[in-house]
Amino acid sequence: MIEIINLHANIEGKEILKGLTLTVKAGEVHAIMGPNGAGKSTLASILAGREEYEITSGEVTFEGADLLELSTEERAHLGLFLAFQYPVEIPGVSNVNFLRTAINEIREAKGEDSISAKEFMAMVREKSKIVELDSKLASRSVNEGFSGGEKKRNEIFQMAMLNPKLAVLDETDSGLDIDALRIVAKGVNTLKSADNASIVITHYQRLLDYIVPDFVHVLHDGKIVKTGNKELALELEEKGYDWIKEETQVG
Amino acid sequence: MGQYTENELAKDLENQDYKFGFVTDVETEKIPVGLNEDIIRLISSKKEEPKWLLDYRINAYRTWLTMTEPEWAHVRYQKPDFQNITYYAAPKQTKKYESWDDVDPEMKETMGKLGISMEEQKRLTGVAVDFVMDSVSVATSFKSKLKELGIIFCSFSEAVQEYPELVREHMGTIIPHTDNFYAALNAAVFTDGSFCYIPKGVRCPMELSTYFRINAGGTGQFERTLVIADEGAYVSYLEGCTAPQRDENQLHAAVVELKALKDAEIKYSTVQNWYPGDKNGIGGVFNFVTKRGLCETNAKISWTQVETGSAVTWKYPSCILKGDHAVGEFYSVAVTNNYQQADTGTKMIHLGKNTKSTIISKGISAGDSQNSYRGLVQIHKNAHKSRNFSQCDSLLMTDHCGAHTFPYIECKNPTAQIEHEATTSKIGEDQLFYCKQRGISEEKAISLIVNGYCKEVLNQLPMEFAVEAQKLLAISLEGSVG
Repeated sequence: MIEIINLHANIEGKEILKGLTLTVKAGEVHAIMGPNGAGKSTLASILAGREEYEITSGEVTFEGADLLELSTEERAHLGLFLAFQYPVEIPGVSNVNFLRTAINEIREAKGEDSISAKEFMAMVREKSKIVELDSKLASRSVNEGFSGGEKKRNEIFQMAMLNPKLAVLDETDSGLDIDALRIVAKGVNTLKSADNASIVITHYQRLLDYIVPDFVHVLHDGKIVKTGNKELALELEEKGYDWIKEETQVG
Repeated sequence: MGQYTENELAKDLENQDYKFGFVTDVETEKIPVGLNEDIIRLISSKKEEPKWLLDYRINAYRTWLTMTEPEWAHVRYQKPDFQNITYYAAPKQTKKYESWDDVDPEMKETMGKLGISMEEQKRLTGVAVDFVMDSVSVATSFKSKLKELGIIFCSFSEAVQEYPELVREHMGTIIPHTDNFYAALNAAVFTDGSFCYIPKGVRCPMELSTYFRINAGGTGQFERTLVIADEGAYVSYLEGCTAPQRDENQLHAAVVELKALKDAEIKYSTVQNWYPGDKNGIGGVFNFVTKRGLCETNAKISWTQVETGSAVTWKYPSCILKGDHAVGEFYSVAVTNNYQQADTGTKMIHLGKNTKSTIISKGISAGDSQNSYRGLVQIHKNAHKSRNFSQCDSLLMTDHCGAHTFPYIECKNPTAQIEHEATTSKIGEDQLFYCKQRGISEEKAISLIVNGYCKEVLNQLPMEFAVEAQKLLAISLEGSVG
């Protein structure tokens, strides 16, 4: 699905990623954890194609394509989805109009016909149930006046609508109460299949009570320093990140 | 707006240059260049006008000579040389067309290119059109059908001939020739325009529309529009404007007067797309327009404008809320790109009791342009319990354009309620990135964001115009983020 090899990246001359390597296969859920400033959100931004970052070396192959050569929208057309940590408000643009535009752009890129209004609305009804999103929110402006929890649920709703190959969830759990967390996790779990994969970026272990990862990676100082399974997340929860830092320094 | 698909938008975006920049090759009759009383007499005699109208023109001209060009607007431009303009240019063969078949094929083709369909039987939607090219009205559709309801919709010149009493009674009563420099100039040299009268209690069953086109070079366009809605009448009126691409600055100085009598309602929508000049600010139309409406008791006037064209715009469609319970509305989207300058807004003059006005202004500045909102809300001492709500938003697309707001509020009645909200924002890189991450291209993302930003205004436009306006916004802002 995606293969990241020895990725180095800077922002404003400061090196954030220092040789990150990660392979994700179809059907897998990977969690990336790590202390603040480790480079977690940087990784998400770079995968999605934010231009502020300078890639100094490394390779990323996504669905057989050289990801770093692609524009943000081309990556999206290939099936890369980022659930934003801070979803953006777009006043005056209804959620449904936004999504219909996105779906049609993706379809057009694949040489497919536009979605019919009927098919689209049926899909909205079906997918909004997954995240228990009030159908009224679907017709409201994108994220405008949404609560923190609603915004995150809307991200998962969009993910459900766009049906990506690879979903990157950037701290989707931050700022969520336990109910919202449960709903978001349920959405992610429902959408899981043998053909897609997700990378769940999180600071805390609690999201992983609901989304069970196949792999847990610890990102520290721009590199993945430890990889394990769900147990590793629990260990981190208990001990914090300091022992990882120390271990890395010693190593 | 729902019928317009994204694919169509994409197709339109491919043609990103000013697509109305062509010139129609018709023989044009022009009078000598320059301005003096003889020229005015010549225009008047060409139009076979009654003496009162010639006197009106001469009087206006003499007033104009004593006036100076206003300089308070936040715009900079080389003042036009008024002696170097041709004040009358008409496509030849201006004799009355008996039927559509008599219209010059070149002219028909022009209308086709501009997307104006005059062939009534082929039209699906009910929009009656008056087409004004340079100084004269070329054709008006649906005239006879409207006449059955007593509605008069014709060119201004025709109204002068056919309904002189109506014209004389109302013309210049809302915008006197002494009002301002350009209004005086227009009163002296206006050549044509549209006239519309809706009789008592009649609801006009179709949109009335005037399409203004400047074609000939070295000319100015000075048209006058007069819309009268008699007691309890309703009309929705649209105007569209385009001009060829030229290096010179052509002057457009129009006057629009609206009169809504007791219980009447006039909805006046404009999509202004005069040639804006090239990327370096060369050429483009100077759009210096005076628009004002008068509302009698319980009447309502609603101005909606989408301004994307012109090198310089100076325009303040206003409402005089004379009668009690009168309502005035102003919805505006003004887009400036490259070196365009716009100084636009409204005046809401509250005279009657319980009068109400709403101002929604959305400015979008891109390139090196300057975009100003200028508005006046005036509550007179007898305007008890009057209310105004103003919202002025500015959106910046680059960091070298300018957005300015000049709101004036004068309140002489303590029971009035006035609200003013203003915001300025820059188009968010974050918003664009969010759209792109969902697979939406930058151009489409801009169009989506800008249309969302202007939604309150675009919603006021009749369906056909709303789609046009949406396309126009996207085209005007092509590649403008930086």
